[in-house]
Amino acid sequence: MTLFLEALIGGLLAGTMYSLVAIGFVLIFKASGVFNYAQGAMLLFSALTLVSLNEFGFPFWAALVMTIIITVIGAILIERIVLRPLANRNVMTLFMATLGLAYVIEGMAQGIMGAEIRGFDVGIEDLPIFWGDILISQFDLVAAAVAITMVAILALFFNKTRIGISLRAVADDTAAAQTLGININRIWQIVWAVAALTGLVAGMAWGARQGISFTLSLVVLKALPVLIIGGFTSIGGAIVAGLIVGASEALAETYIGVHIGGGIVTWVAYFVAIGFLFYRPSGLFGDIEIERV
Amino acid sequence: MSAEEKIISSEILSVEGIEVIYDESILGVSDISLKVLKGEIVAILGANGAGKSTTMKAISGIAVTERARVSKGDIKFKGNSVLNIAPHKLAHKNIVHVLEGRRVFEHLTVEENLKSGTFLHRPTRAQMNSEIDQIYHWFPRLKDKRKTLAGLTSGGEQQMLAIGRALLTKPELVLLDEPSMGLAPILMQEIFSIISQLNKENDVSFLVAEQNIHLSLRHAHRAYLIESGKVALSGTAKELSAREDLHQIYLGVEEVL
Ligand SMILES: Nc1ncnc2c1ncn2[C@@H]1O[C@H](COP(=O)(O)OP(=O)(O)O)[C@@H](O)[C@H]1O
Ligand SMILES: [Mg+2]
Repeated sequence: MTLFLEALIGGLLAGTMYSLVAIGFVLIFKASGVFNYAQGAMLLFSALTLVSLNEFGFPFWAALVMTIIITVIGAILIERIVLRPLANRNVMTLFMATLGLAYVIEGMAQGIMGAEIRGFDVGIEDLPIFWGDILISQFDLVAAAVAITMVAILALFFNKTRIGISLRAVADDTAAAQTLGININRIWQIVWAVAALTGLVAGMAWGARQGISFTLSLVVLKALPVLIIGGFTSIGGAIVAGLIVGASEALAETYIGVHIGGGIVTWVAYFVAIGFLFYRPSGLFGDIEIERV
Repeated sequence: MSAEEKIISSEILSVEGIEVIYDESILGVSDISLKVLKGEIVAILGANGAGKSTTMKAISGIAVTERARVSKGDIKFKGNSVLNIAPHKLAHKNIVHVLEGRRVFEHLTVEENLKSGTFLHRPTRAQMNSEIDQIYHWFPRLKDKRKTLAGLTSGGEQQMLAIGRALLTKPELVLLDEPSMGLAPILMQEIFSIISQLNKENDVSFLVAEQNIHLSLRHAHRAYLIESGKVALSGTAKELSAREDLHQIYLGVEEVL
């Protein structure tokens, strides 16, 4: 039982990070219908910027502020240069544009900041703590707290601020939003910036755990099963699905992985996702169309 | 001021021989001219596919988002051309378009929908609440549903919400596309009465697209009947109501389609 709880709790904590990565995708998809393949590259770029500035001699907080500014400017430029000229085009064109964008960002990151793996020391020691008999990684706990805080901030932003309500309005009906004077280009810039900042937080959490290298941009592949399970348009779905994936990975590793040798974590998420595809093709909370009365 | 100048200065909207083309190939309307004077309710009547919505989308600039453009003619709002102006900027110029089919923000509550209409002029929180209360005064049903997701309200409520939300932008001209579509007769009446009342009390001009000729002519000052992308007939509501061939013309259109 202890073993089970330990795996479950560790998995759920790690799952919050999957949620965070997936939320970055959901934000952009909801607002503009674009599956942003470059989300992973953006995440890598911002995490890499942070460590590079830090290595360069800036203290952590200064480096973080600078990274936030660079990330926001980058997101605004992407909207202006790549997406705005493609407005009103079909979904596939937009997807291809983000695919190209991913390689441009990765190439740029590599050119400017180098390709080697960087350690990323956030100053938290990964000392295990005990909760009764159950061992919990302190690091996972901090990362989960950061993820939960980020989600809470996003929830407040979307429900309580004028920009947040405008964002949701645009997500529901772009044309109707425009008739009310909402500038959708500005909204898309804000969405890209918020998604990029969510990516930065996720990148920091992941980077601190496994170092920052180019494999970080492959979190796209981790996010995909989370998105399939949670639905592409639901932030709540992304959160729950991230937890499901985190927990299934940890439990599969503990109970099945030991029998068939490692490697199970690379595919168990997809296995679960395919199960969900049969059971609920639009995802847990994926756009269940509200019937018009 | 001469009499002629007076008419021109009270002219709020002037559509001058526009042709609208979708996707560079499909003809939306071929030749539409119409005017709306300050304080008027003007109806655009016509069968399905006649070009009512296309005309309105050209005026509000929403046409661009459906890959359509005005290829001939001009549209003037208070004397200045508004062609090629982004739709959100037209809202700032006090033109608001209530799109066909009750396009409320389904996943926002009724009150959030109304709030989204006020953002345009950056009200304080207190101003925003009092403006929204004003809408609740016009449409009391909305107040009861304020916390309900808009997508879960009835068709009539959604139409009221779409109109109320548009009014919160403080427009001088409202483009209203088929407000009575799919509503029970009693609700149609209710909506048109409110439009008349708003027009009288707040001096808002309305351009209303409708298939329901009788109801529209009862509330409009003037009307244009359009038939496959062209104005077939126009006049005051009184003149048009008196014409016996109105229905033939209108129905004739339907047969052609
Ligand atoms: N989004 C669109 N793409 C292509 N053609 C369109 C589009 N919307 C309308 N049309 C065409 O424009 C013409 C006028 O349609 P519309 O303005 O919607 O008529 P109404 O509003 O009077 O029913 C029709 O022939 C219609 O097929
Ligand atoms: Mg129409």
